[in-house]
Amino acid sequence: MAKVLVVTSGKGGVGKTTSTAALGAALARTGQNVVVIDFDVGLRNLDLVMGAERRVVFDFINVVQGDAKLSQALIRDKRLETLSILPASQTRDKDALTAEGVAEVIAELREKFDWILCDSPAGIERGAQMAMYHADVAVVVTNPEVSSVRDSDRIIGMLDSTTERAKNGEKVEKHLLMTRYDPSRAARGEMLNTEDVLEILSIPLLGIIPESEEVLRASNVGAPVTLSNPESAPARAYFDAARRLQGEKLEIQIPLERKGLLDWLFKKRVA
Amino acid sequence: MRIRARGRSFLALVLSPEAPLSDWMAGLDHQISHSVGFFSGRPVILDLGLVSEQTVDLSGLQQALVERGIHIIGIEGAHPDWPALAGWDWPVQLDGGRASGAVELPANGTGAPRHGSDADGHDPARDETACGAAGDGAYDDPSRKAETLFLDRPIRSGQSVMHLDGDIVVIGSVASGAELMASGSIHVHGVLRGRAIAGVGGQSGARILATRMQAELLAIDGFYMTADEMDQTVHDQSAQAFLQDGRVTVSKLA
Repeated sequence: MAKVLVVTSGKGGVGKTTSTAALGAALARTGQNVVVIDFDVGLRNLDLVMGAERRVVFDFINVVQGDAKLSQALIRDKRLETLSILPASQTRDKDALTAEGVAEVIAELREKFDWILCDSPAGIERGAQMAMYHADVAVVVTNPEVSSVRDSDRIIGMLDSTTERAKNGEKVEKHLLMTRYDPSRAARGEMLNTEDVLEILSIPLLGIIPESEEVLRASNVGAPVTLSNPESAPARAYFDAARRLQGEKLEIQIPLERKGLLDWLFKKRVA
Repeated sequence: MRIRARGRSFLALVLSPEAPLSDWMAGLDHQISHSVGFFSGRPVILDLGLVSEQTVDLSGLQQALVERGIHIIGIEGAHPDWPALAGWDWPVQLDGGRASGAVELPANGTGAPRHGSDADGHDPARDETACGAAGDGAYDDPSRKAETLFLDRPIRSGQSVMHLDGDIVVIGSVASGAELMASGSIHVHGVLRGRAIAGVGGQSGARILATRMQAELLAIDGFYMTADEMDQTVHDQSAQAFLQDGRVTVSKLA
């Protein structure tokens, strides 16, 4: 039974695209058939993060408008054959997505894949609405900052009211993914702590991804961090998140600094 | 399986009604009575820039034009929120149009629609045949003058430039995520990082030239090549792409 998962946040720059790519690759590594879709028409980036930008011929808009078949637009990852990407168009805007067209594409993808990951654009407008409309599962990406948390709260409200499931009286399964978590700033009390964020948003925590240069490096070489460096801290956090999505119960690891004794002592005090 | 796409352009007439509309409509009727069928099969864009929300009779204008057999494919210079336009059918917004000057309406009509680009010095008889087939073959017409579109600015990501009457010359760079489409050839005096689609009307002799070739996608006459398929020895070199035996081929310029 295929699952449609939207990666959304409201706020920009929190790590939606990075997380879509990393979770997609992590799920695909377990042998599941995964497709990642870029809904950010006009400001596409997922193809870059996935390293597929040199192979794009047709895109999501071409398929939605019937100019190309789905099979022509899907790009299979060179590293993982269970992972595919459906890129967005850069020269069009979000109005080019029609509700019917998107519904048809999603229905067709449901027959071919186990997981359909939709990378939402920032904002709460049409593009974001389109990305979340068909979702069974939502991953709400949040940074431990007040602005991000408030925007996430708004998005959660929309997930509960404007999606197809909400209209049918069903619930979208929602998860919180905390990204760009900086252990040293957390230790100094400069970030919202996880408990506060969870209390405000009151949805279950899927994982905490530490802020890491590894993530930036991965984006620059065009590989999801779960493929470029599977042993790194952020990659392990994404792998755990992917296992939780598949129903496993794993304890959440709060990223800690691995530095000197002083930090260790400091950390103990915070804990 | 290679997908071949061809472009086809039609000259759309832009009609700009003026107040008072009753007088303008009378003038239009006079015109139609002298050249019956002039508007049949012609795409028309209605430019309401010369009238205002309050113009008398505005609400009935669309219906009046439709009754006269005028086929409206676009409306501009007005907003759908204007109360007078409440009952109007709004066609899909069209992008990428290019003004081509005033069209002389026939004074004493033959009835057949004319090509409209009389300035090109066409033989009128030839024009009639060309348009009889609903404008088909407009690009195959060798007497048609191709124009070169010069762009003295960088083309940014997300911008799409379409020129269906000749070549495009860019003096500057074309960013990743930008797109150029020409019926003729494409020249980029700078870095070509975006998509270049040449020979759109079926011109298989079209070429794509760039001072520094880093294109995401090259297409000529419907045949395409992605960056991935490109020979790495030409990457970032001064190079040209052309069609050879149904394949896009890229070669370094000496």
